[in-house]
Amino acid sequence: MKKALVALVILTLAFMPVFGAAQAEKAPAQKTVTVFGAFVDEEAYRFEEAIRPFEERTGIKVVYEGSKDFETLISVRVEGGNAPDIAGLPQPGLMANFASKGKLVPVWPSLSALLDKNYAPVWRELGSYNGTTYGIFHRVNAKSFVWYPKKAWAKAGYVPPTTWDELNRLMDRMVADGHTPWAVGIEAGGATGWVGTDWIEDIMLRTAGPEAYDKWVSGEMPFNAPEVKAAFEVLGKIWLDPRYVYGGKNYILTTSFGDAQQPLFTDPPRAWMHRQGNFITSFFPEEIQANLEDEIGVFALPAINPEYGIPVLGGGDQFVVFNDRPEVRQFMEYLATWESGKLWAQTGGALFPYLDQDLSAYPNAIERSLAEALVNAKVFRFDASDLMPAQVGAGTFWSGIVDWVGGKNLDTVLNDIQRSWPK
Amino acid sequence: MALPTKHDDRPLRHHRIGRLVVSAVVPIITGVVLWAGFLFLKQGAAPPAIIALAAIIWGVGGVALLFWVSDWLVNRLPLRAAKTLQPFVFVGPALLILTWYLVLPTLRSLYLSFFDAQSKNFVGLANYIYAFTDSRMRESFVNNLMWIILGTGGSVGMGLLIALLADRSRYEKIFKSIIFTPMAISFVGAGVIWRFVYAYKPAGEMQIGLLNAIVTLFGGEPQAWITLRPWNNVFLIAILVWLQSGYAMVIISAALKGVPSSIIEAGRIDGAGELRIIRSIIIPHISTTLVTVSTTIIIISLKIFDIVYTMTGGQYGTEVIASMQYKQMFTFYDFGKGSAIAIVLVIAVIPVMWYNLRQFSKQEGF
Repeated sequence: MKKALVALVILTLAFMPVFGAAQAEKAPAQKTVTVFGAFVDEEAYRFEEAIRPFEERTGIKVVYEGSKDFETLISVRVEGGNAPDIAGLPQPGLMANFASKGKLVPVWPSLSALLDKNYAPVWRELGSYNGTTYGIFHRVNAKSFVWYPKKAWAKAGYVPPTTWDELNRLMDRMVADGHTPWAVGIEAGGATGWVGTDWIEDIMLRTAGPEAYDKWVSGEMPFNAPEVKAAFEVLGKIWLDPRYVYGGKNYILTTSFGDAQQPLFTDPPRAWMHRQGNFITSFFPEEIQANLEDEIGVFALPAINPEYGIPVLGGGDQFVVFNDRPEVRQFMEYLATWESGKLWAQTGGALFPYLDQDLSAYPNAIERSLAEALVNAKVFRFDASDLMPAQVGAGTFWSGIVDWVGGKNLDTVLNDIQRSWPK
Repeated sequence: MALPTKHDDRPLRHHRIGRLVVSAVVPIITGVVLWAGFLFLKQGAAPPAIIALAAIIWGVGGVALLFWVSDWLVNRLPLRAAKTLQPFVFVGPALLILTWYLVLPTLRSLYLSFFDAQSKNFVGLANYIYAFTDSRMRESFVNNLMWIILGTGGSVGMGLLIALLADRSRYEKIFKSIIFTPMAISFVGAGVIWRFVYAYKPAGEMQIGLLNAIVTLFGGEPQAWITLRPWNNVFLIAILVWLQSGYAMVIISAALKGVPSSIIEAGRIDGAGELRIIRSIIIPHISTTLVTVSTTIIIISLKIFDIVYTMTGGQYGTEVIASMQYKQMFTFYDFGKGSAIAIVLVIAVIPVMWYNLRQFSKQEGF
């Protein structure tokens, strides 16, 4: 018995290489481009759908692989000499990291021309490191939007505010009517606090302007600067006033960002406004999603200082090249055109930055208006917490928000964040 | 396993050479076969089902084969040498794996802890200075101390109390089984369950959290339990006590059965009450068990991570050392600080571990 077992094991082991070789022989002659990214499941499926026209036209096979542990895995794969042809990097810092190590292929003239033609200049800046451009943006998101229950608003006679003063007056009118204006929730497990950093960033852009914002992001302007403190104080006027936020700070601190908008959908609404990025529609109750245009209204978070217009805060995955081959170049050039986004835009849940995009492709008025706001924004800035060093952007900035809402002194919080900034 | 056989009495020369050749060829063939299997798996060119099957056969069969061949080889040696080498056939692989997966990484962490975030520049003790002076780290140390004292005290205290009470009950087995069940739940699982216990909804909404449902039933205001400093730490520690009391109870209960009834009887005749008997007879008798259980739970409390991470992510003033280490390492990519915190944690655990092992060996010859 024992001998038979041993013989079986040896036999299996001995035949493995033979089998392996047989498999390797029928390697595909088709040209393949491998893409590695951070989006998975439904989004990955929609991406694959969107690039199908390219595959059909060129005969090049594009293999997309997504992982939730993308940030860790991409570094491991690149260091291990196993880089994908193309990667979709969610954070510009990751691109700068690879670019500084010389791992990336810079954009070539024909791609650069497409970049100039199809994108606003800000996207080239976001894809550049030390004056050289590496990244091409495809699907992007925008965050500076306020969502509201349309029918209830119509009944109460509310109209979307266009200035910060109007917003304040609307809030007070809601309170006078016995309503609570905002629903806010910042709980997100290990990432608790990011919703708050988005708010602060939006307010920074509206009060201090894009130049100050850039200085703040790069560390030139310290966290305890008066501009940053002023932004926190603007936010504090809303968040720390229990009349303005449903459930007060307990609700803010303990409610998951995905559940936070639920008070908008009770009858009558328990809260009347919710500020969040374009992705939030997929968190709405199913019956609301099915009837999005009738149920939901949206407006851009109003300007505070008219000098800066209505800035848009957002983010997106930028695609960078690790292996320079003709078919890889071809696919990158496809990604730089509206054609690569059109099918995805039609299925919904994604915005694209292309200047020449056809807004009628978006499936509903809401996404159309978001895309319009994105393309027309005079000022677009990338999410600051994604640009700052992780110690701050994914650490003390988040926890600082939580501590501040929890009642800690604002100056202490800002000094703590500033101290954690890596030297 | 083949016993060392008494070898041939006729030492013929060519016979010896033949034996030598066989002894050399068999390990080489084994090596080649295993390597080929490895290459096959690495290539990953076969259908997934075949790969999975091959991996199982290669893994399990490979270990069996390696063991069988090395045992066979050792047994071909002269009897004395075979006897000396035999233990290493058994212990060797475990030692090797331990070195590779535990000792080397620890040494590497120690090395990295003296370097900066990218492990490029030597920074001396800067990371250790950070570990002991940063406000967030100091908060972690205080919280960990709280975990050790309340977590261990709570678990052992509850365990002892339940063991003593159950010992006097007719339904001992049922009670003990019920108390022991949480042991089967992972820390993360427990975290998910207790999130619902502590869940908060504003007054006026239906409370889905057990604790707030009870509080509002008696007319109280719902509380956001996990944000209430510093009590939220106690609420988290309660989860550990819930999980670990069962373990403490089972071990202590077993020790209780070992207290000679004659001594308890003698105590009773001398007029001692129940409390006196517990204090002066039972506790001294089971003290080594109590120490062993306590040190085990102290080590768990020192390393606590899962509960904090699932419940609060270290926010609201509940940060602990292990969650700080995780953040530095995997969120901030600061390998220097992360390693330094890991080393601090290792150094804190070692004395307790050593004491724990000594207690084990006293009890049952570890």
